[in-house]
Amino acid sequence: MTSYVFKRLLVLIPVLLGMTIIVFSIIHAIPGDPADTILGEKATEQSKQALRDQLGLDRPWLEQYFKYLGDLLTGDLGNSIRTRAPISEEIVPYLAATFELTAASMLFAVFFGVNAGIISAWKHNSWFDYICMLIALLGVSMPVFWLGLMEQWIFANELHWLPSSGRMNARDPMEAVTGFYVFDAIIQGQFGQLWTVMKHLVLPAIALGTIPMAVIARMTRSSMLEVMQLDYVRTARAKGLSQFAVVYRHALKNSFIPVLTVIGIQTGALLGGAVLTETIFAWPGVGRYIFEAISNRDYPVIQSGILIVAVIFVLINLLVDLLYVVFDPRIQYK
Amino acid sequence: MSDAFLKADIRPSEGTVNKKAQPGPWRDAARSFAKNKTAVVGLCLVLFFVLLALLAPLIAPFDYKTQVLTDRLKPPSGEHWFGTDDLGRDLFSRVIYGARISLWVGLLSVVGSIVVGTLLGIIAGFYGKWVDMIISRLFDILLAFPGILLAIAIVAILGPSLQNALYAIAIVNIPTYGRLVRSRVLSLRQEEFITAARALGANDGRILFKHILPNSLTPIIVQGTLGVATAIIEAAGLGFLGLGAQPPDPEWGKMLSDSRQFIQTAPWTVIFPGLCILLTSLGFNLMGDGLRDTFDPKMKGR
Repeated sequence: MTSYVFKRLLVLIPVLLGMTIIVFSIIHAIPGDPADTILGEKATEQSKQALRDQLGLDRPWLEQYFKYLGDLLTGDLGNSIRTRAPISEEIVPYLAATFELTAASMLFAVFFGVNAGIISAWKHNSWFDYICMLIALLGVSMPVFWLGLMEQWIFANELHWLPSSGRMNARDPMEAVTGFYVFDAIIQGQFGQLWTVMKHLVLPAIALGTIPMAVIARMTRSSMLEVMQLDYVRTARAKGLSQFAVVYRHALKNSFIPVLTVIGIQTGALLGGAVLTETIFAWPGVGRYIFEAISNRDYPVIQSGILIVAVIFVLINLLVDLLYVVFDPRIQYK
Repeated sequence: MSDAFLKADIRPSEGTVNKKAQPGPWRDAARSFAKNKTAVVGLCLVLFFVLLALLAPLIAPFDYKTQVLTDRLKPPSGEHWFGTDDLGRDLFSRVIYGARISLWVGLLSVVGSIVVGTLLGIIAGFYGKWVDMIISRLFDILLAFPGILLAIAIVAILGPSLQNALYAIAIVNIPTYGRLVRSRVLSLRQEEFITAARALGANDGRILFKHILPNSLTPIIVQGTLGVATAIIEAAGLGFLGLGAQPPDPEWGKMLSDSRQFIQTAPWTVIFPGLCILLTSLGFNLMGDGLRDTFDPKMKGR
């Protein structure tokens, strides 16, 4: 196991390096002079030169890349052109907001997806199965931004059940300790605020979690259907175990590997989908941070934001690979 | 089954030349596909939107660009089936012309990804060693980015336009097909008919394009069909963020973002374009699932 983890980490190095090259290239691949694109045609030559100096655009390509890499290794993500603040500090609250949203979405997706898949397989070809699979089918084809808009319209604008945007009431700001508002509210014992925070989370989390939920439900169902036919499941039944124990304890464990893979892949889709969801629900997360940076042509922020999200995605996939062993000890790594 | 039907099936019709005399597997596939109800629903949805796109100038009652400022945000009526938008443009006509854009971007970007991905996948799988290593690592790196985010990065470089959105989506999806073809080539390379072809003196090019590629076609077709659904949603997502189609192009995603501020007073401006994105991608997804069941019966019902 230890040597597997080590090898898995070793393979990661070229991928991470490749990612830095791609992200580094973003600013250099801009056609023409990046300074023109960032500051606009009307900017003075002086300010353009200042920007080129700041970003080191005049130096040789290779030298710039190694300096960029060195900066990254010391945790320096560069400075935002617009706010001039160091990105590594500026990005933290945005990251916390995105984590909170994606975690809530994933909880929603895994809970409903896995259970819907299990019950669909258990009650194969029942009306429950058909309805679940229909919802799953629609969910896979659903544009997340449209679902978000429809939710906003129905549940916030028409029915007034839930707030339509933001993380918190503007009149009742949260005192950030960890940046995760759910935890912050619990730590500070502010249960009224906790309730408000949760209400703000519901709509964006469902919008963002619907596609993963659909994919997870389909995968769980097909994987369970296969396992339920195996001899050991029949033996478990013959032993007189309750149907529930057979399905949830015996069959689920062995059908979970493909589901786990899908969960890992979907987390990446979630991080991508966050850009759209955060735009709709005015959620102050990394997706919005990157999107606003694109509107402002703040290239250092675009670069670092994308790099951070991609690194998180890679780490999640690493975690999923390691979890395989927990779920199926037969998997041997060489 | 009638006698005539059987005979018709066995005898090659007179016009067919030797090359077309073996419709066996494809005809079987078509039959099995036709029996799959959901797949047929998918095909119908796709055909519906394709027809809509092709016949747009004939079907659309109004010009998609013409603004009638006295008719702003009118609800659906006999004259304007889907109502009008905030500039008084007929939504029904805009949605129909939107089908052209979405299908165009969806199909073309997938074809682009398939061509480049297949080429890279074949080279990696067939030549192996360091060539394979470089190409496979390249795929790993591209796949390390969440798709839409990489597409956003590419558009941030090239500048926002429909064409650049198309390039971005095509590039992002290359590894999907590349990996598929590579693994197919790796397993086919070991097959005896390839050894036989080589013994007969076939060169690399002939083996690749006459033997390996045709045998890799079905998984590519299945993946490609499902890929169109993804590409259409991604294109609409970029349009929604303002990074794809630019006004006055009636792109569905762009229409959503332009109309979202009127959702309370004029919900139809948001409902119809979104519904079209959903139905088109649903159609391609159903069709892709059906094709997979047809070509790979082991996967049936999953």
